[in-house]
Amino acid sequence: MVLQIMTANRLLDGEVVYLTDSGDWSEHYAKARVVEDKDQAEEVQAIAKQAELDHKTVGAYLAKVDRNEDGSIRLISMKESIRAAGPTTRRDLGKQAKNV
Amino acid sequence: MYRYDEFDHSFVSQRVAQFRDQVERRLAGELSEDEFKPLRLMNGLYLQLHAYMLRVAIPYGSFNGNQMRKLAHIARTYDKGYGHFTTRQNIQYNWPVLQDVPAILDDLASVEMHAIQTSGNCIRNTTSDQYAGAAADEIEDPRVYCEIIRQWSSLHPEFTFLPRKFKVAVTGATYDRAAIQVHDIGLALKQNEAGEVGFEVYVGGGQGRTPMIAKLIRDFLPKEHLLSYLEAILRVYNQYGRRDNKYKARIKILVHETGIDEIRERVEEEWNRIKDSALKLPQDEIDRINTYFAPPSYEELEDHSVKLEAMKFEHKAFNYWVKANVADHKQPGYAIANISLKPVGEAPGDITAEQMDIVADLAEKYSLGEIRATHEQNLTLVHVKKDDLFDLWQELEAAGLGTANLGMISDMIACPGLDYCALANARAIPVAQNISNRFADLERQHNIGELKLKISGCINACGHHHVGHIGILGVDRKGLENYQITLGGSADNNAAVGKIIGPGFGYDDVVDAVENIVNTYVDIRESEEETFLQTYNRVGLEPFKERLYAA
Repeated sequence: MVLQIMTANRLLDGEVVYLTDSGDWSEHYAKARVVEDKDQAEEVQAIAKQAELDHKTVGAYLAKVDRNEDGSIRLISMKESIRAAGPTTRRDLGKQAKNV
Repeated sequence: MYRYDEFDHSFVSQRVAQFRDQVERRLAGELSEDEFKPLRLMNGLYLQLHAYMLRVAIPYGSFNGNQMRKLAHIARTYDKGYGHFTTRQNIQYNWPVLQDVPAILDDLASVEMHAIQTSGNCIRNTTSDQYAGAAADEIEDPRVYCEIIRQWSSLHPEFTFLPRKFKVAVTGATYDRAAIQVHDIGLALKQNEAGEVGFEVYVGGGQGRTPMIAKLIRDFLPKEHLLSYLEAILRVYNQYGRRDNKYKARIKILVHETGIDEIRERVEEEWNRIKDSALKLPQDEIDRINTYFAPPSYEELEDHSVKLEAMKFEHKAFNYWVKANVADHKQPGYAIANISLKPVGEAPGDITAEQMDIVADLAEKYSLGEIRATHEQNLTLVHVKKDDLFDLWQELEAAGLGTANLGMISDMIACPGLDYCALANARAIPVAQNISNRFADLERQHNIGELKLKISGCINACGHHHVGHIGILGVDRKGLENYQITLGGSADNNAAVGKIIGPGFGYDDVVDAVENIVNTYVDIRESEEETFLQTYNRVGLEPFKERLYAA
């Protein structure tokens, strides 16, 4: 079973955001809703499409993830890790800077 | 300098007003992303991994202190305090917020700048030799023709929706610093046997996933026919270029698949029809634009500078800087000074707002106000008195801008790569930084000599890896970054596409691989004068390959 999360960029500032269980968009992937099957995938795709129509987000897509032993979300690709943190060469920029 | 006339002024102001309205409508939900995207791209606004990115045009790389100060102001006010100079002589901001972009464009317009022709399938910002108007080996100032092309191509109604983007580069010097043979059209000013100056015209060059060296389509084009000939090429491309497949849509594919002889026939046929039309350039129009680029008021100086020679003798670090970063000027007593944006361990092409302000001041103090952005992601002060070079260098050094590495291994081109770019498959900047740190010893770099290393984070080749003496292409291999190395590429008069040396290397091994290749070169070169590229051209891939994969 492939686990996925719905991610996009926020329209106003391009910030990377993730669709949560409550249907909001969070800046933190840890809060993302994990999609486990085709029906759920279709459901979040419909929500993402509506968010674009409501001019909240752009460029939504499903990204593959894994779970850590404690159940938390683990990003798989380097691209998603960089989107979730910021440039690896500039720790003072992006989400990683805000978390300090 | 490029001079904004009333037409440009009203056109750019209108465009900013339109875009302000479009952004408001987008944020209010009246425009969908599908509707808005082509509009924002026409104004240089992309969406990248973490944020929007605004690419600002610097026509043919030529700008002044005031404009640089405005770029610094934008970096400080709307971005994160820095900008990134690109391989198209432009500057990018990586973090603007959508609703601020109209204000940024207003600020740019106040210093006669904009972000038009930096994106989309149009004729892009024309690029040129960064030494234009100053180079000792120059036949004529190429910026005159870049400007004529700019005026012709901006909003050309017939060429607003080409099959793909279209890039023109012009050089006026005998040595090609503008990489014209890897552009859709490359123009080189030359003198024919009768002593007339015209253009050698190349077509169908480009990098990307299918690298091609341009073919010579016309050996000599009289200057008055520049625009009609370009228009004829564009028309043939617009008509026959493929629109069904994005990856086969550039003119290089059309030229390659059709053959240069047939393309030439079609172009000449079209050209013969239009060459005596309104596109024929009257000499007085060329003269008028020439006055925009009239040489600055140089002082009458002795060519030899006693001060320069004395300081070189006294200061080893300055001597290195002069050796690597200073080039010959056509005016006696003057020199061209390059500012490396590749300090040890830093991201190629990045510059802070504070450094931009300093460069603006130094340009006014030492370079008659003129600054150039280079396609190799550096800056150039083009008119510096030899007597002033030492003072300039000291001020550059104090600002972290005095690195003496131009043309050396640490003077790399690197694309933004996976750290910023939505298209990238692998990181490029940290690879460049690691190589820069490995070769930080300046004495070692100078011993290695000229070596152009270029890194791209995906097959689109924005980092020019195909034409690097050493090229590095980052790919995704089963979820891991992997780097393919090519040798023997070149972007000058002897343009060539590099050859893949063998299997790629992981992120942690690529710097060792580069060092292995460089050490092989140092061991097998015939003399210290034989450059890396000359050695490669003499021995080929084999000796490098043997050592690299020996372990």
